[in-house]
Amino acid sequence: MLVEISPEPLDPTPYLQHVRQDESGAVVLFLGVVRNNNLGRRVLYLEYDAYPEMAERKLREVAEDARARWPITDVAIAHRTGRLEIGETSLLVAVSSPHRHDAFAACHHIVNRIKEVVPIWKKEVWEDGEAWIEGEPVREK
Amino acid sequence: MGFVKARVRFFAALREMVGTRELNLEVADGQTVGGLYRELCSRFPRLGDYNSTLLYSVNAEYVSPDHTLRDGDEVAFIPPVSGGSGAR
Repeated sequence: MLVEISPEPLDPTPYLQHVRQDESGAVVLFLGVVRNNNLGRRVLYLEYDAYPEMAERKLREVAEDARARWPITDVAIAHRTGRLEIGETSLLVAVSSPHRHDAFAACHHIVNRIKEVVPIWKKEVWEDGEAWIEGEPVREK
Repeated sequence: MGFVKARVRFFAALREMVGTRELNLEVADGQTVGGLYRELCSRFPRLGDYNSTLLYSVNAEYVSPDHTLRDGDEVAFIPPVSGGSGAR
């Protein structure tokens, strides 16, 4: 298992190599990519802030939770911080499993959980302003 | 009455409201993390906007507002998170 928070650009190759095991018949890769618009506004770039120590701990918990629910062989999660331009990768989730259904399901679950519990925030910068984006408030049990 | 030392970290919108990434504070012995937030709201009134949506963390773990602070604790106030790209 590998989790990382870093300002460096994300290259999927080492993560894919990390999660693939000889018993893996499937490797699913999700990339969250910076889009040039949101809710009808043109987005110039995004800025991500994180509470890195807590975010890494929460990413590890999210990965452990997925391992408990699906028979996956390995998982890697990386989130970038700082300023990201249109088209750059902010979030990377790579999951391997013996069979594809489990890898798809686990990857989907991991991405959803990250958006609920991991202390990372994005600011959208537009031509005429900027705002920190807030997700749906979630009550941690 | 005694005091305990707490390191308070701010992120994203809260960092911009407070104007710093962290504060080292002395808080009254027995103070809770929710009580500390209310104290800080009187010093930084815009923090009060987050009243209903904020989560609290102590030593990088989510806690309830009535969690009592101990000496050396690291506290953070966590607005609704928005990692990844795109909407939910």
